[in-house]
Amino acid sequence: MKMVNLTIDGKKIKARPGEKLLWAALDNGIYIPNLCAIKDKPEPNAACRLCWVEIEGNKEPVTACTIEVADGMVVNIRGQNALALARAGFELLMASHALDCAHCSANGVCELQKIAKTLKCSLKPRRLRLLLRDLSVDDSNPLFTLDPNKCVLCGRCVWECRKSKEKAVLGFAHRGFDRVLTTFGDEPIEERCMNCSTCVEVCPTGALAFKEGKKSADIA
Amino acid sequence: MERNKQSVNIARIRCKTSYSLTKGSSFARIEAGEDIVTKVNTATNETERQQIIKETGLILNRFARKKQHLIPILQGVQGKLGYLPREAMIEIADYLNMAAVDVYGVVTFYNQFRLNPPGKHSIRVCLGTACHMKGGYITLDAWKRRLKINSGETTPDREFDLDIVACVGCCTKAPVTVVDGNPEGQVEPTRVDGILLGFGHEYGTKDKEKSESN
Repeated sequence: MKMVNLTIDGKKIKARPGEKLLWAALDNGIYIPNLCAIKDKPEPNAACRLCWVEIEGNKEPVTACTIEVADGMVVNIRGQNALALARAGFELLMASHALDCAHCSANGVCELQKIAKTLKCSLKPRRLRLLLRDLSVDDSNPLFTLDPNKCVLCGRCVWECRKSKEKAVLGFAHRGFDRVLTTFGDEPIEERCMNCSTCVEVCPTGALAFKEGKKSADIA
Repeated sequence: MERNKQSVNIARIRCKTSYSLTKGSSFARIEAGEDIVTKVNTATNETERQQIIKETGLILNRFARKKQHLIPILQGVQGKLGYLPREAMIEIADYLNMAAVDVYGVVTFYNQFRLNPPGKHSIRVCLGTACHMKGGYITLDAWKRRLKINSGETTPDREFDLDIVACVGCCTKAPVTVVDGNPEGQVEPTRVDGILLGFGHEYGTKDKEKSESN
């Protein structure tokens, strides 16, 4: 197959034609902030508004997850306009995130921390007032807890949940600011969900977290 | 003294209202000290359950098993039953071979779908501009407290259902509450108790007397 040559941040890489720019960069070890991107999903969600990049010749920044690679493409992932958009998107996310890194199980591996570091901005929104939802934490499942206050609605767990043969348990419900990761009827998960823990593994934050002492190997 | 007490009360209600606006819908139940376990209503007895399954089945027979028919099916079932009970949503999910949580997601996304059965009496509190200025939100709060439900919900005995409307076109009578289709004017919290007593119900009013006599 003929490969496409492009330059990202001065680094020359090769990518398969038709591949999205975000995956071409990530596969070559170039990190572009992203949350909602799912590699095996045919159409990108393009919902998190974090993967902004600037392409030489384009006036406006574009989202890397929706742009296909092209031969001779020159990409700048640290452009001021792209960073401004990504920071705005990140601040909007963090304005309704129950920030408590010191007591959060994801501390250190949290993608929000990684994104803040990459975008060189604070985890606390500077320009926006905090607007928290104070939803109840679901700890009814013996293996993991679901804390919707830390959820960024990326949809990774929902996608994974639909891949299993069993009927999916997790999904999104309600609308607008009330949109929440939940189950049918907002009921506790309890023991309906014991077969896999891929949702916990793919969660970029501490919204889905193993209970203390539990890990994926504990699943029968 | 009495007046003073009342103004303090209104201030308290106001502060709670702004709280409920930012906190979303779980306000009334939090105040009532109840945990939200489920937001889905289920049939109260076996005959009702059979009825729901039968009606849902009749609607489902008219549609192919394709996901794009979900909304027309939901509209049809709600048209027949007046709301979407748990049994109907699960039947629809099985028929279309999708997860029940996805049906629930669609139902909660669109305002046209109800999860609660219609009550015997409908209470529609106007929150239009004029009613808002005249304290319509205080009236709404009074209804919520008396009926111990949120807007969009039905009392457990299925006597009353409470909802918000934008304007009913009689702003001179603000704050307005439409009770069973009849717009009632100047509905302040005391009038709320009056309307409920008119129906022969004393939701919560006795608790109030008790707490005041203590």
